[in-house]
Amino acid sequence: MSNIMDKVDGFSRKSVRKAKQKRSQSSSQFRSQGKPIELTPLPLLKDVSAQEQPELFLKKLQQCCAVFDFMDTLSDLKMKEYKRSTLNELVDYVTVSRGYLTEQAYPEVVKMVSYNIFRTLPPSDSNEFDPEEDEPTLEASWPHLQLVYEFFIRFLESQEFQPSIAKKYIDQKFVLQLLELFDSEDPRERDYLKTVLHRIYGKFLGLRAFIRKQINNIFLRFVYETEHFNGVAELLEILGSIINGFALPLKAEHKQFLVKVLIPLHTVRSLSLFHAQLAYCIVQFLEKDPALTEPVIGGLLKFWPKTCSQKEVMFLGELEEILDVIEPTQFVKIQDPLFKQISKCVSSPHFQVAERALYYWNNEYIMSLIEENSNVILPIMFTSLYRISKEHWNPAIVALVYNVLKAFMEMNSTLFDELTSTYKSDRQREKKKEKEREELWKRLEDLELKRSLQSDGIIPT
Amino acid sequence: RTKQSLAFKMAGADSDDSLYPIAVLIDELRNEDVQLRLNSIKKLSTIALALGVERTRTELLPFLTDTIYDEDEVLLALAEQLGNFTMLVGGPEYVHCLLPPLESLATVEETVVRDKAVESLRKISHEHSPVDLEVHFEPLVKRLASGDWFTSRTSACGLFSVCYPRVSSTVKAEIRQHFRTLCSDDTPMVRRAAASKLGEFAKVLELEYVKSDIISLFTALASDEQDSVRLLAVEAGVSIATLLPQEDLEALVMPTLRQAAEDKSWRVRYMVADKFSDLQKAVGPEITKNDLVPAFQNLLKDCEAEVRAAAANKVKEFCENLPEDSRETIIMTHILPCVKELVSDTNQHVKSALASVIMGLSTILGKDNTIEHLLPLFLAQLKDECPEVRLNIISNLDCVNEVIGIRQLSQSLLPAIVELAEDAKWRVRLAIIEYMPLLAGQLGVEFFDEKLNSLCMAWLVDHVYAIREAATCNLMKLVEKFGAEWAQNTIVPKVLGMANDPNYLHRMTTLFCINALSEVCGQEITTKHMLPVVFKMSNDQVANVRFNVAKSLQKIGPVLDSNCLQTEVKPVLEKLASDQDIDVKYFAQEAISVLSLA
Repeated sequence: MSNIMDKVDGFSRKSVRKAKQKRSQSSSQFRSQGKPIELTPLPLLKDVSAQEQPELFLKKLQQCCAVFDFMDTLSDLKMKEYKRSTLNELVDYVTVSRGYLTEQAYPEVVKMVSYNIFRTLPPSDSNEFDPEEDEPTLEASWPHLQLVYEFFIRFLESQEFQPSIAKKYIDQKFVLQLLELFDSEDPRERDYLKTVLHRIYGKFLGLRAFIRKQINNIFLRFVYETEHFNGVAELLEILGSIINGFALPLKAEHKQFLVKVLIPLHTVRSLSLFHAQLAYCIVQFLEKDPALTEPVIGGLLKFWPKTCSQKEVMFLGELEEILDVIEPTQFVKIQDPLFKQISKCVSSPHFQVAERALYYWNNEYIMSLIEENSNVILPIMFTSLYRISKEHWNPAIVALVYNVLKAFMEMNSTLFDELTSTYKSDRQREKKKEKEREELWKRLEDLELKRSLQSDGIIPT
Repeated sequence: RTKQSLAFKMAGADSDDSLYPIAVLIDELRNEDVQLRLNSIKKLSTIALALGVERTRTELLPFLTDTIYDEDEVLLALAEQLGNFTMLVGGPEYVHCLLPPLESLATVEETVVRDKAVESLRKISHEHSPVDLEVHFEPLVKRLASGDWFTSRTSACGLFSVCYPRVSSTVKAEIRQHFRTLCSDDTPMVRRAAASKLGEFAKVLELEYVKSDIISLFTALASDEQDSVRLLAVEAGVSIATLLPQEDLEALVMPTLRQAAEDKSWRVRYMVADKFSDLQKAVGPEITKNDLVPAFQNLLKDCEAEVRAAAANKVKEFCENLPEDSRETIIMTHILPCVKELVSDTNQHVKSALASVIMGLSTILGKDNTIEHLLPLFLAQLKDECPEVRLNIISNLDCVNEVIGIRQLSQSLLPAIVELAEDAKWRVRLAIIEYMPLLAGQLGVEFFDEKLNSLCMAWLVDHVYAIREAATCNLMKLVEKFGAEWAQNTIVPKVLGMANDPNYLHRMTTLFCINALSEVCGQEITTKHMLPVVFKMSNDQVANVRFNVAKSLQKIGPVLDSNCLQTEVKPVLEKLASDQDIDVKYFAQEAISVLSLA
């Protein structure tokens, strides 16, 4: 009987299961080539004369186009090491040397980078990859890949770098492939990509609109088609600084991006992975143009989570960030639907949701807004607050609600007393209405029955 | 909007009293609570019926078109309802009244709403007369196709094929032009939608246009920069291939399909593998021999496990559909070597996919080849470390049984079964139990008694309830196969023996077995052997056992004769009905009333 305990069943905890080994993977195209790669060692750049360097630099770039299979840990060991040291040398060379960037070097650099980084990302190992629980799959060829990224960034940041020449090679197609790589499971790679894309956006004015549009497409596909893309947080981070630089007044294109792309991003299941970056973008927009407050809050209310309490807490957090920067004139426009939702949140049986909503009353700025508009907000909130103060299961929530009620009482005692005295009759009126509705449905069912008997078959079923 | 709500107030004030609830219902459409609006929308046909066709057209539909800015849940219900509204607006003559609200719904962001709107539009398109189709429907498609935001253009893609066959040739030319434009749309979402409808659209086009228009669109989409577009073109390619005469296939579709089979994105290659059987049927035997065989070999050897697994799944179907004259040669020289490698693949999904179809090859290859070439593979897979692979082999034993008889395998089969029967994962144990009756039938009663019977009995005391439950059901199926006499000699004594087990769960298992077995064993065995044990257990200390006695008596009652019921069962149930435990009482009373013993 002793072994019964070990073989209870297959439902071991996920965290126990995955503890096995760090997974790593590599692009499919490199596998199954099978042939050893031979590179002829070249002299070091520092060992040749200054005139010879550009030529040698090109040769080294060409050598680094050779791509190795890192899933096979035993193959081409010597050549892998040679390429690694060559890449290291190239990184140093573009960092310190001057005058290396001849016009011929541009296509070769872009070619080398393309050969190394552009690849079809392999299928994700786990069907239900849970980024919070699972270890990310790491890129096997990272020892080379990292240096290629490093080299490319130094190249883009070099003082000699001329976008006017580079734009012939760093074009739309290049950017598109670059954006696809953001789906990489390896967070180290996504981090480098973020810097690369940021530099390209900064230096190539002609590509900016294109980049924004493609990011749009990635997000829309993510929201409406696949719900899977690893680099959403990184792309949002870049967008955060792009939005920061938008000129005023905002173009229609940018507003559309906010309303039709950023707001729907809130509906995605894995929101927690990029919510901080998303909320930052939203707030950036509102700081640019306060008139966008109404559509933004309207959008959040429309997509308010119905079943996921964790997401609800995130929404409440974001809303507080928005309220922190809201203009009083805008607040007045949205207070009604907003506080109807908040009133639902404070009465949530999930205490974290209720607690998060009640924390609003600790925020001085929000308090001042509520105070100014207490005649509108108090009637909306009162019923929920009064009821929770009597029946919420969690004593901490009840205590918080008491404080809120007290605050309201101090704010507007006349209205507060009035609402307290009519509370009972209001409830009764509501109950009566509820009963009437039930009656109505009953009558309707009878009617439907009668009619379908009369005119058999007309009612489509 | 005020004008409309006024109209509804009038509906409410109508002399007809039965209209009153309708007016309130419409009010509910504007209620703050989504659930109430949803309830109301779902009753929309009732509202329309009450209003009559004219007021539905002039008042209800404009009102609905206005309220389109609602929650997606409400919109989804609305989109669905409107697809069934033709009679309610006055029949086909007026069906075009439904277009404005559906047009708005076809442009919303949420995919499910849009898809439902398109579905409804497709449905009602058939109810339009050819004239209405040109005057009302086609302009709508055009508006959607040239909409600003990608959602409307995406929706348009699904509407071309329903109106194309029934419009004039000028309009047809316009439709083709619009479709062409969408295939090269700026946004990949629209190109994906177009690619996914390309096959469907090709089917309604005249052959000359398939050749002139569709082929170039197909070629372009199949080399799109996004792999998500290219992979959708693969499916379209299969449909297109079925439409073209054989002599055009080579020139018009094969270059593109060949390219897809070697695409740099594994998703595209996966799609090719997944559609391989359809593709094979579409292109016919000659192209299959020359092109598909090598392509299939490559897919079976693909560097991505996903692709190999998809291809492995198709092995049987592909072989089955090979042209008869060269089938065996192709399988033996080209396919089988790849299959052999897959048996020891590093990825368990690949092996498992193969195991689910590989047995099917034996019927195709016949007895000698099976014994010489396939049997070693089956045996290797039966010893695979992954239980799913072994299970898949066992679940398909019937194919082999027909060709070479299961005895060839029995020596290896037994250890595999025993190991699965004791697997640590209860789901694996459950799966093997489900194949037991099949195995028993094929291996015969002797082999079963000797080797498998003890396993079947061991499952009865498994620590997982689901296994014990499946084990009792398994016993019943075995008795159905081997007969009551066999039951009486082999399993009934063991089952009844468990009634004295110190563990009450095992005692209950006896009762569950009796429930399952009484009918197949018949009256005699039930009365003579089972019933006394059940009676004895009515004195069990554990209440759960006692109320299960009541349940068992209720269950086996119909098998017993009425005399026995009255003289023996009734007193026991009456005693249980006065038990101090409330559940025992309850089930005893239930049994008394069901068996009409009161």
